[in-house]
Amino acid sequence: MIAHADTIPKQRHPLIAFLLRWLLTTNHKEIGTLYLCLAFLLFFIGGAMAMVVRLELFQPGLQFTQPDFYNQMVTLHGLIMVFGAVMPAFVGLANWLVPLMIGAPDMALPRLNNFSFWILPFAFILLLSSMFMEGGAPNFGWTFYAPLSTTYGPPSTDYFILGVHLMGVSSVLGAINVMVTILNMRAPGMTLFRMPLFVWTWLITAFLLIMAMPVLAGAVTMMLTDRHFGTSFFEASGGGDPVLFQHVFWFFGHPEVYIMILPGFGIASQIIPTFARKKLFGYHSMVIATIAIALLSFIVWGHHMFAAGMPLAAELFFMYATMLIAVPTGVKVFNWVATMWRGSMTFETPMLFAVGFVIMFTIGGFSGLMLALVPADFQYHDTFFVVAHFHYVLYPGAIFGTMAAVYYWLPKWSGRMYDERLGKIHFWTATIAVNLTFFPMHFSGLAGMPRRIVDYSIAFADFNMLSSIGAGLLGLTQILFLYIVVKALTSGEKVTDAQVWEGAEGLEWTLPSPAPLHSFETPPVIEPDDAHAAADRA
Amino acid sequence: MSKSTNSKRRHVAVLLLVAAGMFGFAFALVPLYEIFCEITGINGRTSGEAVSAAPMAEVSDREVTIQFAAQVNRGMPWEFRPTENQMRVRLGEVNRTEYYARNRASGRVTGQAVPSVAPSAAAPYLHKVECFCFTQQHLQADADIDMPVLFYVDPELPEDIGTLSLSYTMFRVPETEVVLSEPVTDSHADHEGHYQP
Ligand code: HEM
Ligand SMILES: [Cu+2]
Repeated sequence: MIAHADTIPKQRHPLIAFLLRWLLTTNHKEIGTLYLCLAFLLFFIGGAMAMVVRLELFQPGLQFTQPDFYNQMVTLHGLIMVFGAVMPAFVGLANWLVPLMIGAPDMALPRLNNFSFWILPFAFILLLSSMFMEGGAPNFGWTFYAPLSTTYGPPSTDYFILGVHLMGVSSVLGAINVMVTILNMRAPGMTLFRMPLFVWTWLITAFLLIMAMPVLAGAVTMMLTDRHFGTSFFEASGGGDPVLFQHVFWFFGHPEVYIMILPGFGIASQIIPTFARKKLFGYHSMVIATIAIALLSFIVWGHHMFAAGMPLAAELFFMYATMLIAVPTGVKVFNWVATMWRGSMTFETPMLFAVGFVIMFTIGGFSGLMLALVPADFQYHDTFFVVAHFHYVLYPGAIFGTMAAVYYWLPKWSGRMYDERLGKIHFWTATIAVNLTFFPMHFSGLAGMPRRIVDYSIAFADFNMLSSIGAGLLGLTQILFLYIVVKALTSGEKVTDAQVWEGAEGLEWTLPSPAPLHSFETPPVIEPDDAHAAADRA
Repeated sequence: MSKSTNSKRRHVAVLLLVAAGMFGFAFALVPLYEIFCEITGINGRTSGEAVSAAPMAEVSDREVTIQFAAQVNRGMPWEFRPTENQMRVRLGEVNRTEYYARNRASGRVTGQAVPSVAPSAAAPYLHKVECFCFTQQHLQADADIDMPVLFYVDPELPEDIGTLSLSYTMFRVPETEVVLSEPVTDSHADHEGHYQP
């Protein structure tokens, strides 16, 4: 990896010194690396659970799992991917990139940064340990609806609740740190409207996190008191209402889905201009569209509850508000396409992932629009169609986005280049596998296959077999990705050029490769007509 | 430098406050939701409070059908059903019906009925003068009870509603939440339906 200055006294045993350095580090680059490694590890664990699910669904009937264990796998897969893989990966990228992009020497609150990272391993040990407890792991789905999680939840639910609290604390502290960094640590001349889009999208993501995560904490707290302290927030016999749980959860839940995509928008907006060798089209409209999406995301939660019973007026309100979100989202897709229009494009691996992101994310946006139609949603709700929808926005969105970012910035982080041929193979196999896995789910869902059920009618057998084959292939591509990254870090070709990519613009590309452990100790000077100040051209 | 440290501190403080505020907001959703449901009758929630009898100066000529339904929640060892399935009522007229409950368990069980009206748009117009759902019901082993509901339908009921249904779900109240303000209904004591609210 990167050669770091050793700050720990030399007489310690090297292993202890090594552990202490990573345990106590307050350096944004090292903490960024830690976040990315943890996210990658949990991505493998969550992925292994998805393999169990797809193996079981390969054929109708009960093959490998019992229904309760199947439900545990579905639940943990969702929780780990959302809170363990996607969110920490984005926080890791923010740690690495935000200070480099705004010309800051570090994050604003380095010790808090260390703390928010080290909470996470404990949170996930708590969550994962529930698999080995009596009664098994949580089995009520990642949305943990009451009363499944209150009255009928297994004893391990309490560990789950504590785990969610810890994750919440970690992400709120992380978000505060990012926000304070962006607001206070920009190099002189780096006005808000000169910030690269990745920084903008993270600023807005941090806002969403600070607004939404405490509501999730509130929901699990109410669950806890319902379970143990005699309250009846969600307990109908005590005057509560289980539907209230769904409102509280989705008030958090819908902003959460944007938390999982906005940084991906930012990444695409950095990469596409580089390989199209053009300025980003419509910088200001990109920023405004992102803000609009974030604000709208707080008034659309009802679209997850159309079938739960709502008055007509509320159904209409949530339907139109949801469809309204498609407008700023469409603006973004338009701008990415316009950036590519007549550019001198080349398709290195990061660009392939970014273009794949734009195309497949749009497919997911379309199925979202279909789900937003109240009468249609009564048919689609809780079927595999919903599963197809959110995997199309999350896999090509959040995961392809993160992978594009790793390919794009790895040479800057490590000073070594990945194997371009392998990278391309990775992209194409992953793209085939994603579509093979998730596209048939549209059809099985439209045909009426319910989600989260271990067995299914033989009518859906063919679609499911295709999905399972795709999923197996998708699992293999992760191992290829791991191999590519390890190979690049250990024996990749050395990069000497600071800019790395011919068309890359931005402060991070003015630093030597690999980026030194301490950078921008004296702030860089940003000229108004500096290359990355895209705003001034717009 | 110190100016920027101050500004950082201020930002951290503000953001922590926002986070704490949102945590509180999650709990504020509880009363907000209740109020919202009361006002709009979402969820088919009817008002949890009795209205005084004979509030209407005049009884309208318009008639509607009201259907009665009952179910017990999982884990509730009671038999629970309406004594009549439906009736025609005139708007504004106070009517009475009864629900029957019998405890099949070998010990005392407390139940709480939760009403729901469909279509939910009709919920605000169904007024209960007296209802067994206002309080918990306690039944000793093998005891049974006829429980009255006194209600009227508001003459303001929207024109397009001709049939409404009143459905109760009987929940078992956990022993920790039983409120024993009234004497426990003894076996068969109230068999004749002399029910004391
Ligand atoms: C054009 C934009 C979008 C629209 C109109 C939309 C609409 C919807 C609707 C109506 C549902 C509820 C379906 C149901 O349960 O019946 C839904 C579910 C979901 N959406 Fe989207 N969506 C959009 C974008 C996104 C994005 C960007 C993400 C995340 C990156 C996302 C993630 C999800 C998830 C995770 C669920 C399922 C939650 C669950 O029940 O487990 N959506 N979407
Ligand atoms: Cu949503």
